[in-house]
Amino acid sequence: MDTHLRRLEDQSVYIFREAYKHFDHLAMLWSMGKDSTVLLWLARKAFFGHVPFPLIHIDTSFKIPAMIEYRDRIVREWRLNLIIGQNKEALANGMNHTMGRVTCCTALKTNGLKNLLAEKGYTGVILGVRADEEGTRAKERYFSPRDKHGDWDFREQPPELWDQFKTTFPEGTHIRIHPLLDWTEVNIWEYIRAESIPIIDLYFDKGEGTRYRSLGCAPCTAPIKSTARTVDEIIEELRHTTVAERSGRAQDEGRGMELLRKDGYM
Amino acid sequence: MSTLTPPAARAGDHLNIVIVGHVDHGKSTLLGRLYADTNSLPEGKLDKVRDICRRQGKEFEYAFLFDAFLEEQEQGITIDTARTFFAWRDRHYIIIDAPGHKEFLKNMISGAARAEAALLVIDAQEGVKEQSKKHGYLLSLLGVRQVAVVVNKMDLVGYRQDVYGAIEAEYRAFLAQLNVTPERFVPVSAKIGDNIANPSVHMPWYTGPTVLDTLGLFRKETAREHQPLRFPVQDVYKFDARRIIAGRIAAGRIKVGDRLVFSPSNKSANVKSIEGFNVEPVPTEAKAGQSTGITLDEQIFIERGEIASLEDSAPLVSTTFRCNLFWMGRRPLEAGKKYLLRMATREVECEVAIIHRIIDAADLAARQTQSIVGRNEVAELTIRAKAPLAFDLYGDFETTGRFVLVDHYDVAGGGIVTESVRDEQTVLREEARRRDIAWVKGDVGPDDRARHFGHRAALVLITGDRHTGKSFLARRLEIRLVADGRHTYLLDGANLRRGLDTDLVDADTKEMVRRFGEVARLLIDTGLIVVSTTNTFGQADHQAIRTLVHPAPVIAVHMSKTEDAPPPNTDLAFAGPKDFEAIADRIVEELKRQGVLAQAIGAKQQFHYSI
Repeated sequence: MDTHLRRLEDQSVYIFREAYKHFDHLAMLWSMGKDSTVLLWLARKAFFGHVPFPLIHIDTSFKIPAMIEYRDRIVREWRLNLIIGQNKEALANGMNHTMGRVTCCTALKTNGLKNLLAEKGYTGVILGVRADEEGTRAKERYFSPRDKHGDWDFREQPPELWDQFKTTFPEGTHIRIHPLLDWTEVNIWEYIRAESIPIIDLYFDKGEGTRYRSLGCAPCTAPIKSTARTVDEIIEELRHTTVAERSGRAQDEGRGMELLRKDGYM
Repeated sequence: MSTLTPPAARAGDHLNIVIVGHVDHGKSTLLGRLYADTNSLPEGKLDKVRDICRRQGKEFEYAFLFDAFLEEQEQGITIDTARTFFAWRDRHYIIIDAPGHKEFLKNMISGAARAEAALLVIDAQEGVKEQSKKHGYLLSLLGVRQVAVVVNKMDLVGYRQDVYGAIEAEYRAFLAQLNVTPERFVPVSAKIGDNIANPSVHMPWYTGPTVLDTLGLFRKETAREHQPLRFPVQDVYKFDARRIIAGRIAAGRIKVGDRLVFSPSNKSANVKSIEGFNVEPVPTEAKAGQSTGITLDEQIFIERGEIASLEDSAPLVSTTFRCNLFWMGRRPLEAGKKYLLRMATREVECEVAIIHRIIDAADLAARQTQSIVGRNEVAELTIRAKAPLAFDLYGDFETTGRFVLVDHYDVAGGGIVTESVRDEQTVLREEARRRDIAWVKGDVGPDDRARHFGHRAALVLITGDRHTGKSFLARRLEIRLVADGRHTYLLDGANLRRGLDTDLVDADTKEMVRRFGEVARLLIDTGLIVVSTTNTFGQADHQAIRTLVHPAPVIAVHMSKTEDAPPPNTDLAFAGPKDFEAIADRIVEELKRQGVLAQAIGAKQQFHYSI
């Protein structure tokens, strides 16, 4: 493996082990996308083939059906403990993206997650966000505190130095843990190739000249024009693109992400 | 489904760079310009930001490209560090844009702590300012040794060489006091684009490298794998049949068959295997930087926080050390107050024993000694931990020579160890260390005994003045534990004097204590719970006994007639008239809590700790 990928892996594994050591109530978000699937793989690296905490999928009910099939297959094959969270109340009241994208993301994803965290009492949540995805994530910590309401106070982030992370926190708050912060989109694909990680096939062109570059809910995620059919071709394509990864993700428009993430979005 | 292809070897390396300097000296502008002039921005990003500026009716600035928070753009300052990714000529960079405002110094430190090289920006018009110096000082303290100084806003001083020359001379002299030799100085205008990616047409007198060239000239830090081994234990896993000691190697390498010594417990064993997931072929070696896991040929009990090394190059062990520390806490650091010390994976309570001096970063002069260290100040301290820990001097090993202090819930200070200080236990600790490392062991280990007996070995040390019921309690406790099936022995200090100590004169308490400690150590090694009362020994003697039986658990029980404060390190204190059965119950509970006694869960005996 490339020495840089190796370093990224070593750092992520270190973060996983710190999280597992310090948090009794730990869980990890898995959206079945490439990033959180690499995250899942890194957990197995860190714990020698085991995943010693539950995975959470926040199901908005608008996910692309192939993602659910893929999810259930991997859970079976890797014998994972998966917890599915859903904001049933919002869905019953007819929440969908036509009511406003930020409103919909907040209700179905942010609040879906907050409700589940409160219900299960998790104090540490591992997520696959990367610094190169968009501006506010570039300013994240590896261990990032959220207050009683799940909100992110980016003005008062704790210092983080020499891999000494924030692992103590007041009652009622929780910590978001970001092992993939230093990874770029290309790194993710290079690692998928180096480790032969099984990735959902929505990322590949199947002859129609399109593929998904980033996965989310069906109504708000558009495929991109691309003829990349393999991991190699995706890596080659990414090395030459100047188009942002999340250009197909509608909620990033304007100041959407800052507002969403301040309130506890992933 | 991914296709299986061999991993591609790619030329080029990766480097973490931090941009620091005084507020408004143009760090974010420099970063934005670097991206723009190398066509490294995502498509449409420049237009999007220009558009936002037009709508808000303000002049476009390159700094806006990376100041993601609305508040940052409105105030025109960077609040928190941003990681940005940049590639040029086969080299990949993570560039960390650190805030220059005094209020956000802790964010600057978070950014700089993970950098391998730094660009320090100074405004040509304003010259060397407070934070220019502070950041320079902190870089040296954080161990960032490669520093290039960028003199920005040259357009505002008419591109004058003499202005640049004066700043260079002043700042070079300052850095020399810190033993930092800057790689180079570069005169630039980030706003105009002089000497960022392209050589300046306005400064023909400067023929050196541009900022972009400077990045390429930074060297990749050489690997630490050639140093002696340092493997801080991060955790011990027992997910399946393997008992894996997990951690990241801080220095050196581990090979199958190596004899490892763990400090400060002084336990040793051989490396049986190097473990991994999805690694082919199975490795026989791991080196510095790797997060790995090993199994040992003996099931010794070791815990997170110990440092594995080879026998002939073990780390220092003490409770006390001298250090340089910078403080970021909202509340000042106070001498005598308790903090949590975190060094590599070790966490232990400590206190600041002495504040030697506070250093003014502006002129490096020592200010008058005081009993507190304020926010954003740097100080020389002596720190004393509650229990001995293994560490190194920062000059010898980075990872095991630096630490943080946690106050309340946050990391509030960071420091580097400059000197190990001998404490009163140093002599006995060294005796114990030599003895433990050389100890000839049978094939039955402590874990085997613990599993067989249903408890670990431990010392219950009952202290207090005469006539407080110590001796009576010790007897009750021995009866109680034996009745419960625990292997227990009452060791009264007075007994040794009539046998082992008959060659000593009465005044030689020190040697009596040493012998008592060694006897207790021997009994503990047989797997017993030793209950001891030592009327003749004082508080200092109890500490000596602890040192000699280390790392066996010591449960200190203090008995007194009145409600006086118990001595330090007391686990249970009882005052006034006593119900001895109830006290014995409390001690049994404490033995369970500390993982000495196994507890029956179902049909199986379970320990609180993992064997």
